[in-house]
Amino acid sequence: MDPIRESLLKKSHQAKLERRGRLLGLFCISLIVVVVAAIFYFVASRGLATFYHDKINLWDFLTKQAWNPGTKDSHGIPEVGALPMIVGSFLVTIFAALVATPFAIGAAIFMTEISPRRGMQILKPVTELLVGIPSVVYGFIGLTVVVPVIRYLFGGTGFGILAGTFVLFVMILPTVTSMSVDALRAVPRHYREASLALGATRWQTIYKVVLRSSLPGLLTAIVFGMARAFGEALAVQMVIGNAALLPHNLVSPASTLTSILTMGIGNTIMGSLENNALWSLALILLLMSLVFNLLIRLIGRKGALKP
Amino acid sequence: MKVKRQDKVATVILYLIAGTIILVLASLLAFILIQGLPHVTWHFLTTPARSFEAGGGIGIQLFNSFYLLVLAMVISVPLSLGAGIYLSEYAKKNWLTSLIRTAIEILSSLPSVVVGLFGFLIFVIQFKFGFSILSGALVLTVFNLPLLTRNVEESLASISSMQREAGLALGLSRWETVTRIIVPEALPGITTGMILGAGRVFGEAAALIYTAGQSAPALDFTNWNPFYIASPLNPLRPAETLAVHIWKINSEGIMPDAVAVSAGASAVLIIAVLVFNLSARWFGQHLYQKMTGSGKKGA
Repeated sequence: MDPIRESLLKKSHQAKLERRGRLLGLFCISLIVVVVAAIFYFVASRGLATFYHDKINLWDFLTKQAWNPGTKDSHGIPEVGALPMIVGSFLVTIFAALVATPFAIGAAIFMTEISPRRGMQILKPVTELLVGIPSVVYGFIGLTVVVPVIRYLFGGTGFGILAGTFVLFVMILPTVTSMSVDALRAVPRHYREASLALGATRWQTIYKVVLRSSLPGLLTAIVFGMARAFGEALAVQMVIGNAALLPHNLVSPASTLTSILTMGIGNTIMGSLENNALWSLALILLLMSLVFNLLIRLIGRKGALKP
Repeated sequence: MKVKRQDKVATVILYLIAGTIILVLASLLAFILIQGLPHVTWHFLTTPARSFEAGGGIGIQLFNSFYLLVLAMVISVPLSLGAGIYLSEYAKKNWLTSLIRTAIEILSSLPSVVVGLFGFLIFVIQFKFGFSILSGALVLTVFNLPLLTRNVEESLASISSMQREAGLALGLSRWETVTRIIVPEALPGITTGMILGAGRVFGEAAALIYTAGQSAPALDFTNWNPFYIASPLNPLRPAETLAVHIWKINSEGIMPDAVAVSAGASAVLIIAVLVFNLSARWFGQHLYQKMTGSGKKGA
């Protein structure tokens, strides 16, 4: 055949490369999507087995307080009440966020509005470094410093919600701070200039203009920190005491979803009720992370609507 | 005058907050380093751990951490590059793409325990890899992929579209433009993200407890045949990493010098994170100068 005609009819080397490259990219991206779908499918199928296969009432699971999946109560129903863990998880998350928020936003204001030069030189590198510190290290410090101090001050064992809160507070502080800094930086400079030109003091400018216009960003930072605190496993597990009881006070041993999960999953047999109940806890974790995700999206959308 | 005083008070409070934070964070770092560094000796870094008596090291755990890190990065870097290139260069703006983006976002926000349990179910039990380095590396890939992909996509998106137009105008295909022009220019950003991702992988423990296992069998450092069971390179042996080791000796409490060992191991972890952070910054700048020829003033 005529070589010119042949080269016109056949796909060029470039076109083949292009198609191959595109398919390669598509393959990688579909792999990620498949993995996400698989995570949901497998965790849900295991987690729902408690309710379908073992016939546990969903409402009982969420509201009963006794957690002894191996034993049965007077009605012959296994004792799988996840309330202590759910309460524990929410308590440490909310407390950690409550303590961390003023500190994080205060530090962010300091870095962007009060003393940008010093803030950037000292605070920023330190927070960036601390974001990367492994959570077991935080757990270890909690175990060797925070727990003994609490034991000394309040008595008891020192393990409990308070210790967990403190460890999580230090852990999410750098993340929330650096996200808050980004949020404050995104406020246009002329907002501040306009406010100052109207005769407002620096604090009035910060409080009435900067903080209000960056509110969606700040909320996103806090929710992000809460999501991280809720899903954190080992650091909390090391300091919370791991007793599946409703906490009486802040210094009595308690437990979170993640702590019971990490302790238990290796000691139970696949497919048994004990095991399925743990997977149901994992399912709750998964759904909560979805809720946090949704919350961040909603805040983002609300924030974006503003002019 | 009231507002002026309020302004003063607020400023003082903000200074106090910033001071407190620096104090807390600095004492945290100082505590780990002061507690830990005296234990970090060559002996500590190279000897295997001992369970019931004092004086053990972290040799095997340290090697496991690095090996796992390398394996995880070998799997996740190409995948994230491909996915990032697709998202930034090929993906059309439609519902499918936004679905993909949502999936990536969800994956990046999942608690690492949940990812670890998924890995346990799939790699350890379903695929019968057992508690092994391979299972661990695959889980770390799942854990790391969304963040790396987003980093690649953002780095590529920051390259000006004129570069793409120039490449296309020269008659290159889109794929060639991306791999020959866009990726090299975005390389500094991509490398920085990869190194930071490596740092995160290095300290991860929750995802590894039920995938890479919690035991570190003795290794024969003279036999590097990957199929030999005690070979350091065997990907199917259980491998406790440094971070898992810290967690385990603290929650089991049978090692007499657990506090000293975990202090030393924590210091090593922190230093590793520090090195990853600094080298990410240095590599990024160095590569940028090399790739763009913008450095070396006056040379």
